[in-house]
Amino acid sequence: MDRGIFLTPVVSLRGAGLQFGQRALWKGLDVDIQAGEFFAVLGPNGSGKTSFLKVLLGLQQLHSGTVTVAGQAVERGSRKIGYIPQQKSFAPDTPLRARDLVALGVDGHRWGLRIKTKTVNERVDALLDLVGASDYARVPLGQLSGGEQQRLRVAQALATEPELLLCDEPLLSLDLHHQQAVSALINQQCRQRNSAVVFVTHEINPVIDYVDRVLYLAGGRFRVGTPDEVMTTEVLSELYNSRVEVIRANGRIVVVGLPDATTHYHDDAHAGVEEGH
Amino acid sequence: MDLGSILHSIFNFENYGELLALVQNSIWAGAVLGLLGGLVGTFVMKRDLAFAVHGISELSFAGASFALLIGSDIIFGSLAGSVAAALLLGIMGGRARDKNSIIGVIMPFGLGLGILFLALYQGRAANKFGLLTGQIVSVDTVQLQVLAGTAVVVMLALAAIWRPLSFASVDPEMAEARGVPVRGLAIAFMVLLGVSVALSIQIVGALLVLALLITPAAAALRVTTSPRLVVVLSVLFAVTATVGGILLALGSRIPISPYVTTLSFLIYVVCRIIGSVRAKRGINGRIVRPHVAVGEAVEGQTVAG
Repeated sequence: MDRGIFLTPVVSLRGAGLQFGQRALWKGLDVDIQAGEFFAVLGPNGSGKTSFLKVLLGLQQLHSGTVTVAGQAVERGSRKIGYIPQQKSFAPDTPLRARDLVALGVDGHRWGLRIKTKTVNERVDALLDLVGASDYARVPLGQLSGGEQQRLRVAQALATEPELLLCDEPLLSLDLHHQQAVSALINQQCRQRNSAVVFVTHEINPVIDYVDRVLYLAGGRFRVGTPDEVMTTEVLSELYNSRVEVIRANGRIVVVGLPDATTHYHDDAHAGVEEGH
Repeated sequence: MDLGSILHSIFNFENYGELLALVQNSIWAGAVLGLLGGLVGTFVMKRDLAFAVHGISELSFAGASFALLIGSDIIFGSLAGSVAAALLLGIMGGRARDKNSIIGVIMPFGLGLGILFLALYQGRAANKFGLLTGQIVSVDTVQLQVLAGTAVVVMLALAAIWRPLSFASVDPEMAEARGVPVRGLAIAFMVLLGVSVALSIQIVGALLVLALLITPAAAALRVTTSPRLVVVLSVLFAVTATVGGILLALGSRIPISPYVTTLSFLIYVVCRIIGSVRAKRGINGRIVRPHVAVGEAVEGQTVAG
């Protein structure tokens, strides 16, 4: 990681720790995330991946240590941050069209009524075009597929031209085709607009080609490094405190023998499908 | 009573011109309430608060009947009852399930209190009945001014929080991430809703408030999802129902509420039919590009295979 080394990191955590009651999710976390870096956060359920995002969003206080975004203390609702939530389908009767959801991302946080309709509309058109959603701009949200809705989430998150893009399992429950489309869109924002991307996922394979570094959280411990450094039998066995096997095949990573297989992988089932092509 | 005389007592347009002049205040009141109900109703639908409206109206009824009993102003009584109920729901009912059970608990309590106060009340029976089913002739100029003034305040407040409230209503998680004060807005809206319910009760009565605050917005949502059009249609439907209801009710001795609720209901039925015809024909605004669709399907297959 030589690029941007002399610049202020977009995200900087120092001695950061988070705990709920007596249970420490992670502590002593030092990490800098640079502009244009694709940073994946991995780990089993309950390891504090989503809480990590909430800290960056300012919705969750650190228990110890400090965090800055773009050199400043974290501030709730910062326009420097774009956020893509977990895919949750909108109810069929949600009273919004695709473009209205994106428009909320542009100016939904402002008080009063929308007055500069033309400016907002132009911005919305540009964002819809960017994510390839123009054809269903006027379709009610509830009638769109999960993948289409998630593209709109990307457009919504990019509305403020964020320096930092936070993604909370954005590919969950999408089919392979849409997984690729959505992760490519996020990668495009990362490379072309030089945004830092923090991508929380429990499955690295759909984004393995894009990921620069990984933060792996498990059992109150963590490891930061490139996928090659972190996704190894030795490192994961140490993190999980039990024998875990990491197998690489066709550029994919399969983790076998996880202690909490029921809450975790996914990959075993998916790997067969993904290697089929 | 034969059918002809029943119809005559429902639709009676004798001396219509003279009557019309007498009830101008009521018509204005109906128009103001229609406007307010149509606007507030869109958020009631977005926030899934139909049941809450019902709960608030029962407490509002209790407040109004208490005011009637002690000889104080009914409007203030119903305002106090509904704002208290709305605040309670806004503060305690964070989750939908909580909210529904709280409403289920306070609604019969409010209704019971109201019945108690009315039973103790020694005055005219028409006053009692009016609180539940609405009345038309009683709106004097001072009442109209209070009503319109309060409605304007509510509408201005609603305009001030319109955008973040929309955001928080349809997409709360994202709104919170963007720094929208989701919880504060929820409580603020409940207060506005409480005031709107109290005002509506003056015309349509506690039992039929839903016809003003739910049905028009629900009907509008059947035919469009454009946020702006939903508001316009909802207001149009609500004003049509209230003003139309008053005009139809004029000559008869029947309370205004059946007219308002029937008009409101008919509008909803028509919108529902239009909506389902459109859904059947698959009209939803999607731009269909045949060659692109094929291309995507092929690409999808390559990826999956």
